[in-house]
This record gives sequence, C-alpha cells and structure tokens, in this order.
Amino acid sequence: MNIYLNKKENAAAGAVALDDLFLTKDMPTTGGSKMLDGYMSLFDAEIVSGLAAAGYEIGGKVNIGEFSIDLMGESSYYGACEKDGKLAYAASEALSEGAGAVMCLDVNGTPRRAAALYGKVFVKPTYGTVSRYGTIAVACSGETVGVMADTAAKCGEVLSAVAGHDDKDGTSLSEAECAKIKNGAEFRKITKIAVAKSICESADDAVKAKLAKFREVMGANGVEFTEVDDTVLALAKTAWNVCMSAELCNNVSRLDGVKYGYRTKNYKTIEELYTNSRTEAFGDLLKTAILFGSDALSTENYMKVYDKSLRIRRVVSERLQEIFADFDAVLMPACGKDSYTMADVKADKYMAFKEALYTAPASLTGMPAVVVGGVQLIGAAFSDQALLDAAAAFEKEAK
Amino acid sequence: MKKYETVIGLEVHIELATESKIFCSCSAKFGGEQNDHVCPACCGMPGMLPIVNKHVVDLGMTAGLMLNCDINRVTTFDKKSYYYPDLPCSYQTTQWFSPVAVNGYVPIETSKGKKNIRIKQIHMEEDAGKLVHDDWTDTTLVDFNRTSVPLCEIVSQPDLSSAEEVVAYLEQLRSRLRFAKVSGCRMEQGSMRCDVNLSVREEGSDKLGVRTEMKNMNSISAITRAIEYETARHIDALENGTEELVQETRRWDDIKGKSYAMRNKETAGDYRYFPDPNIMPIVIDDEWFDRIKGTLPELPEVKKERYISELSLSEYDAEQLTQSRALCDCFEAAYEECGQAKEVANWLISDCMNILNKKQMIADDLTIGGKALGQLIKLVLDGKVQRGNGKKILSAMFDEDITDVEQYAKDNNFIVSNDTGAIEAVIKAVVAEDTRSVADYKSGKEKALQALFGKCMRQLKGNCDPQVLRTMLIDIVNKS
Repeated sequence: MNIYLNKKENAAAGAVALDDLFLTKDMPTTGGSKMLDGYMSLFDAEIVSGLAAAGYEIGGKVNIGEFSIDLMGESSYYGACEKDGKLAYAASEALSEGAGAVMCLDVNGTPRRAAALYGKVFVKPTYGTVSRYGTIAVACSGETVGVMADTAAKCGEVLSAVAGHDDKDGTSLSEAECAKIKNGAEFRKITKIAVAKSICESADDAVKAKLAKFREVMGANGVEFTEVDDTVLALAKTAWNVCMSAELCNNVSRLDGVKYGYRTKNYKTIEELYTNSRTEAFGDLLKTAILFGSDALSTENYMKVYDKSLRIRRVVSERLQEIFADFDAVLMPACGKDSYTMADVKADKYMAFKEALYTAPASLTGMPAVVVGGVQLIGAAFSDQALLDAAAAFEKEAK
Repeated sequence: MKKYETVIGLEVHIELATESKIFCSCSAKFGGEQNDHVCPACCGMPGMLPIVNKHVVDLGMTAGLMLNCDINRVTTFDKKSYYYPDLPCSYQTTQWFSPVAVNGYVPIETSKGKKNIRIKQIHMEEDAGKLVHDDWTDTTLVDFNRTSVPLCEIVSQPDLSSAEEVVAYLEQLRSRLRFAKVSGCRMEQGSMRCDVNLSVREEGSDKLGVRTEMKNMNSISAITRAIEYETARHIDALENGTEELVQETRRWDDIKGKSYAMRNKETAGDYRYFPDPNIMPIVIDDEWFDRIKGTLPELPEVKKERYISELSLSEYDAEQLTQSRALCDCFEAAYEECGQAKEVANWLISDCMNILNKKQMIADDLTIGGKALGQLIKLVLDGKVQRGNGKKILSAMFDEDITDVEQYAKDNNFIVSNDTGAIEAVIKAVVAEDTRSVADYKSGKEKALQALFGKCMRQLKGNCDPQVLRTMLIDIVNKS
C-alpha cells in the first residue's frame, strides 16, 4: 500500500501528516503527478508554518490521486491504495497507522468520501477561513484545506491551529471572520436538520443504513429531522464539474515542461516539448478534465456552459440560504456506495464526476461540511464548530 | 481612381509607473541583471496566489479619468490562456469582463482641425517575460524580469483616419499620462507601444473594409511609415486586385519599410477567458474614487493657457514648461517662493535643461526642489548672490539635496559681501602688486582696468556687487 510518499521515520506517534498538494521545503511535493515527481518547493505552505507554530510535528506526506480530483486516490502516479481488494485512501490509512491528523486539500470531495467509507471524521471548513497559500492550485474557487482525524474534537483542535487571515491569499477572510470557526467561538447548537431527500435516496442500501443510524442516534438526542426538496442542490454536481475542470485546465497549464517538472526527451520544437511532456506525464482522468474544462471555456461554449455554471452556483447558494433560514444543517451522504474497487473505476471513468452529486453542494458554495458516521452534514457559513459539536455528540451517543 | 479613406483603431500599451509588480512585491524597475527581479509568483511556480497591487488600480483609474472615461466601480481580473515560453503561468491575468475604465475620449488637433478620438476601454494587465536567444549554443532562454510588470492597455474606437491623426493622438496620450504620473511613456524603453488596426474603404461607405493588425510598434516614425505603407497596400489591392486582403496580423519591418503576414499559427487560438477566482472583484468606493479624482493634475494645455494669461509668460516659455509635469511642478513651487515667473522660466528652460542634457536626462528626470530654486532666484535677484555663483549653486543642487539655499551659499562663501573694508583691502593689495596695469590705465588704456577688476573679483570669489567694486577700484587707482 502506498500510504506515505515521504515519511519522517523519527516522527513521534500522533504527528500530523499532509497530503501531497501542500508545498514543503524539506520534502518533495508532487500532487500525485508524474509531472511534479521530485519537485522541491522554495517555500512552505502557510498551514505548515501554522501547524509548527501551534506545536504540531509534521510526520510526512501522504499519497493522493493526481491533483486530488479522482474518486479515492486511484489516479496517483505512485499507485493506488488498495486493501482487501477495495480502494482505500492514503489519508485514512495513515490515521489508522497512528497519524494524529491528516491535512487534506478537499478539491473534489475525495477526503470526504474516504472519511465516510472508513469511519473517520473530516471537516471541510467555510471557504476562506484557512489559507491556500502554498497549496498546489487545482480548483481555486471551491477547494479548501480540511482536516481528517479519528474524532471531531481532534479535527476542531487542528482546524483552530490553521484557521486565520493570511495576507498572501486574496480570498482569505478577515481575522474576525476566521475566528468564528475556531475552538472557543460561540455558536448555535444544531437542533433542526434538513434531509436532502432525493440525494439521500440515490445512495445504496449500506449508505442508507448509515443515514438511518445517524437520524436514530441524533433523534434520540433531541434533534429534529425534516425532509426537504433538494432538486436545486442536485444541480450542483454538473456546475461543479464544469467549474473544477475549467479552473484545473487553466491551473495545470503552467505545467508545460519549460520551467520545472517533467520534460519529454522527445521534442524538436517548442510545440512538441509542450505536447509530449504533458502527454507523457499526465494521467487519463486529468486529461479528460483538461479537455472538458478547455471546452467549457471555449468562445463557443463559455455562455452555454461556464457562465451557466456560475449562475447555477448562485442559485444553489440561494437555495442553501433558504434552507438555513429554517434549519441548522443539511444531511446527505458523502458518497453513493459503501465501497469502491479498481474495477468500478475502470468500468466507469466518469465515476468521480458522478459522485460529485454528494460533495459538490458544499464545494460549489463554500459552505462548511463535516463527515461523521459515514454521513455528511453541511452547515451555513461559519457554523463549522456547530457541525463538529454535532459530530462529537453523535460519536458519544453511537458508542 | 475611386476615393478611399483609412480607418484606424489603436491598442496602446502603457507600462504603469509602480515600484513593484502587479501581483507580487518584486521590483518593476527597467533593466537589472537577467532574472534578478523574480520570485516564485512571477515565475509561475505552484502555490503562489496573486495579491493585487493597489497602486496599479490607482494608476488605472487615473489613466481613465485623464482620458475622460467612466470608471467601473466594480472591476475584475480575468485569465487569458495561451502557451508561450515567456508566459510562465501559461495564462495572462488581464481584464476582460469589467475593465477599470470605459467610454472615454481624447481631443486632438491636426492640420484638418479639431476632433475627438473615442476610447472604448482601458484595462490593466501583466506584462510577459522576454526570450533571449543565445546563438553560440543555439538555445533560447527566458528572462522573467518583465513578467507581471503592470501595464494598461488603451483601446480606441476606429476613429483615426491618417498617420498624422495617429501621431497627434499618441502625443495627447503621452502628454496626459506623463502629466498624471501614470507612466513614463518612453517608447524607446518599451514603456509605450502600440498595435495598429487598419482598414481601407471607399469614402462615404459605412461598411468597414478588411482589417489588418500590426503589433508592437515602438516608435512614432515606424508607426507613421507603417500606416502609410499599409494604406497604400490596401488601396492597391482594392484598386488593382494585386492581392486578396485577409484579416491577419502583420509584422512591420522598419528597416525594409514593409509589412509581412505573420504565420497563422502565431495568431490563431481561443484565449478561453474566465474570471480569476483568486482575485475578488475590486470595489471602488466613493472615498477611493474621490481620492484619485483629487490627485488629477491640471491638463497641460490648460496649464499652458494659464501660464500665458495669468503669469504673462511667452507662448514659447509656456509651451516649453508644459512639456513635462516635473518642470511645471518645479516652476510653480519656485514661482510661489520668489514671485518672478519669467525669471523662473528662464532658469528652468535654459539652465536646468542644459544641465539635464549634459547628464543625458530628460525634463521628467528633473529632481531639484522648486522651493529651493525659488530661494536661489530670490537670492540672486536681491543681489545677495552674484548671478555666476547662482549658476554654480544650481549645478550643485542636481548632485546634492540642498533645501536651505541661503545656508548653503553662506557655508560655501557665495554670499555677496557688503563689507567695504574687506573690498578695499583686496583692491589695495591688487593695486600694490600689479603696478603695470595701474600705470597702463593711467596712461589711458581702459582695458587695464578690466584686468584689475577681474583680479579683485576672483580674490573676492565673485561675492561682491560689481557696481560697488568698479566704483571703489577707480577711486583707489586714481588716488594711487
């Protein structure tokens, strides 16, 4: 199993691991891509300094799928993580092997899916509360730095260490806003949860059982559940796939073989250098996303596809605001199935795009989401601590 | 032959006069060793995020207001994708959807009279790097010093119809933008360059002809020649069917005096513009808008009229001064200090410009303080410093920062002495020593007095009223 791409052998138990989209000066940062194999950054990601300042030790870098847009890390240049014939995920495996927490850039919901499948807790905080300075940019308008850990309390603790305003990130919110998601901030307890009806129904029986368990446990704890119309929330999937692919296509265009990273040996002209370097270094899923994104931004399709996706983004945000006027959170799965195999992915290469049904609403709108007990709670902006508190309540009652 | 008219629109790139680059804190200075002014951000390394330099937006707004534009109170940055080795991110961050300024105009005057040239929009963007070819090893290397240096592009409507109008328009732009300190607009350093879009149609027709574009023109004479060449080529094609005109980008070869079609490959492509998600829309509130509006200078032509009507300067002097904001600022401050407009104009136009020329600098490079210049002129006019010594002090002002001119004159013995005792002592010593000149003078040679006068003046280091010296000298010589 390819859990760690770089492991500090002398790191203490409980050290924090990073997924390989966070730049580090003392270890290579590859983004799981052949293109950046061995790439050494000149600087550390902001959260690396934040963790150090809070006294956390960095235990190493864990494997991810190429730029973390895939289903479960299976597109990594360094090989998929498989366990008992199923796809496992490096970050959750690292936790099982003793890491205290793993920092994951939630690009396309991969760490949320993994947490749901392998019984971990993951927090994807409110967009703009944790600096993205020093993360390899993939889908900037939605990706957020999140924390995976064994418990909600640990997620909250590590999140508090890395949240905060950063002048080096133009989308970073003010210090006062960032403080709202840290430990110790006041919040309204979650008592009313909206259930995303059709999205929940689309999942398989095993996932439905997890949803039922969550409702049962939290219901006994006095939380009210109400099914709501989620037609608009289901639109987030396609809009997110468009936004993510378009931004990704643009962000990875700097990986051209000229300045750093992989360069083909097979070229005579600059065009051949570009084309052959990228053809040889990029994986199939990434190439698919690049083509999809490039097409969405073309003059012919911009209004029909990209601009429309931005409009859907607004409509989905508005629908969520409407729900949050009456409810404290929305319940939905983080993935549609109870397990995935390499064969599943080979049979359907668009699976990661399809599974965005569950992860896109939070990615597209920047709302915080917490995965616990195999299900996902999405909250209003800055309700991160309330979501983690509900997750902690579930952990306690479910024991 | 039918009558034809030329329709020209210009895209002018101006380099904005900021200290640092548009999205990082690297120096934006011209020159430097190759790849000296670079950081991970402007080299396109992973992980860096763009932070907009606010001063760039200030200058973009200033440019807009100087060219009578409306300012978009919400302005955005967008990404333009294309692959070229001098573009490290493989996209240029520019403004596509909501540029900083739109719908302006610039008045011009040519032999055909006055006319307004409409401005479609002004947008801010980053410059690309520079490819350096090494013939020795047959490799091409990239210099990223220019990458992310802030530019603004001024797009005109196709309102221009001749090389003369184009030159007048460019000179208006240059004068206004230099006055507002938006840019040095130096074509020879590449801080002003333009793309010329040109087509030809039958006079009176409302349909535009086939348009060709000539990119990166960087001198007025090349622009003039290129427009004349292209116009003739288009008319020849229409009139004589010498070739079929196609919409294309052409390269102007100023040495051969011809334009050439560029390979289609270099110009084709879809730029796939989209809003940069890492740069939040910039909201220009009233406070910001008013602050920039408050810093706008009086237009050069308005200043010129005021110098003539209020300060009684000659047309020539007013014209010379208003060539440069630095000259005007210095002139106005010096005038406020000494109250003598004509005198200040003379010092600036002849003396200061001479010194600058010797240093191979231009009027915009003038750094001496206007207040200090005013003090100096006052000292000279009051007879406290002899004029020749005043010029020496002026020269020193270009090399060191002199704020208290009177103190400087005292410290360096440039103050005219009123001490007649001291003058008398010097005269007596000179007269006693140069007995021959004294004898010559007494025998009627007027010139000999001049020699004595010169010797005295030198010993007094010029710090003496010449009238006083002359009277005393004659008196003493006659008595000797």
